[in-house]
Amino acid sequence: MTEWFQGLMGFELGWFVATLILILLIALPLLLAVAMIIYADRKIWAAMALRRGPNVVGPLGLLQSFADGLKVFLQETIIPSSANRGLFLIAPIITFTVALIAWAVIPFGPGMVLADINVGLLYILAASSLGVYGVVIAGWASNSKYPFYSALRAAAQMVSYEVSIGFVLISVVLWAGTFNLSGIVEAQRGLYGFVNGFGFNPLLFPIAVVFLISAMAETARTPFDLTEAESELVAGYQTEYSSMSFALFWLGEYANVILMCALNAILFWGGWLPPLDWAPLYVIPGIFWFFLKILVFFFIFSWVKATVPRYRYDQLMRLGWKVFLPLSLLFVFLVSGFLMLTRYGAVS
Amino acid sequence: MSLAHLIKSFTLWEFVKAHWLTLKYFFKPKATINYPYEKNPLSPRFRGEHALRRYPSGEERCIACKLCEAVCPALAITIEAGPRADDGTRRTTRYEIDLFKCIFCGFCEESCPTDSIVETHVHEYHFDQRGQNILTKPKLLAIGDRLEAEIAERRGADAPYR
Repeated sequence: MTEWFQGLMGFELGWFVATLILILLIALPLLLAVAMIIYADRKIWAAMALRRGPNVVGPLGLLQSFADGLKVFLQETIIPSSANRGLFLIAPIITFTVALIAWAVIPFGPGMVLADINVGLLYILAASSLGVYGVVIAGWASNSKYPFYSALRAAAQMVSYEVSIGFVLISVVLWAGTFNLSGIVEAQRGLYGFVNGFGFNPLLFPIAVVFLISAMAETARTPFDLTEAESELVAGYQTEYSSMSFALFWLGEYANVILMCALNAILFWGGWLPPLDWAPLYVIPGIFWFFLKILVFFFIFSWVKATVPRYRYDQLMRLGWKVFLPLSLLFVFLVSGFLMLTRYGAVS
Repeated sequence: MSLAHLIKSFTLWEFVKAHWLTLKYFFKPKATINYPYEKNPLSPRFRGEHALRRYPSGEERCIACKLCEAVCPALAITIEAGPRADDGTRRTTRYEIDLFKCIFCGFCEESCPTDSIVETHVHEYHFDQRGQNILTKPKLLAIGDRLEAEIAERRGADAPYR
């Protein structure tokens, strides 16, 4: 497509227009997906609590998120008089933007990626770390005690779990031999000759679980939603927000959740590849396998949210620093040692 | 920490068990009713929005004895009384219930010697303007006129147990 546009209107302008169209092709369906995924989240959560969930707006309540969105659009943005006006307004924009930019390197299928950069994983790590700035700025700019507590918690939580996520990613990169996400997916093809995905490898399965749990902590989902603990902090950093600025936090949060589901699928469960390396399964286009895997992981995220209570803050820190950090370090050691012995030949 | 405990915690055994339980609940029939379309039955004694009743002749029952005002624990009722212009009988010139103050205890209904003030079964009402929380006398009488049949039926159903 880029070449076609470049032939039409010159090299640079063509690249610009093609990239813009590709960005819209990712961002717009993503926002739509976020709306549907919020609905799915509420529905799954309700079903596990033996409730019905939203079922009035549209068939089966499918349009509930759009009704909520419309309501939020029509509301007035209230800025507390003692808040730092500029930062207060920019914080949700940061959260939302950062949640979207990480999608630039996610491969939806073979070659279906906006920016096929060779350090895609580092880019994701950087983008997901930036997300916490929105929360911290929001907590500080609100000039209110609960958002401020929430911001402090968010900062400490993100730092703690990013450490173990970093080590998990190192293990994956060691095994795949590349930082490029498409390369990582391709490296998972034909594991043991019949499965696609690092997660089927007994040495990598435990870190897949560690990554799944850390991903929940990173997106502040339920067992780790200390940043917006309703019973303690009202709504955390979102307390002072209303209307669109609140909606941007909400959208950003769920875009992050889908991103983490996508990362789980890409890093450990074969991305766009079918789970079994069996020819008839390749008939279904890769993008469907990818979306199916995202949905499965989203179901797991919702499932966990519906099941477990929230951790206490010291338990959260204990899990991050005293369990996941040593565990992921151990697995970096094991994985690199195993690869040294088998793939690269032991050094004498 | 015993070996069994270690294995249990590293295989996330308790988590797996809990998630298996919630997955079973996921497929169970829903316990809640489909509210706006299905409604729970209400007792004849249900205490909802208030109403002032009339006699079948059309004469209002309230005689401005102010017992309800006196008994109201939330001080939600305000009554002013005076002789009525046409026949000089003692009537309320002002009868107001502040629904923000009301706790729906039903004491006003219990205390009323003429069964004038009652609490209907209406619990689905809302205010979208300031001041709508004050039920004035014309509003209360209008509610009573609208729901008289149902009010009488529910009082009748409950009468044997009083």
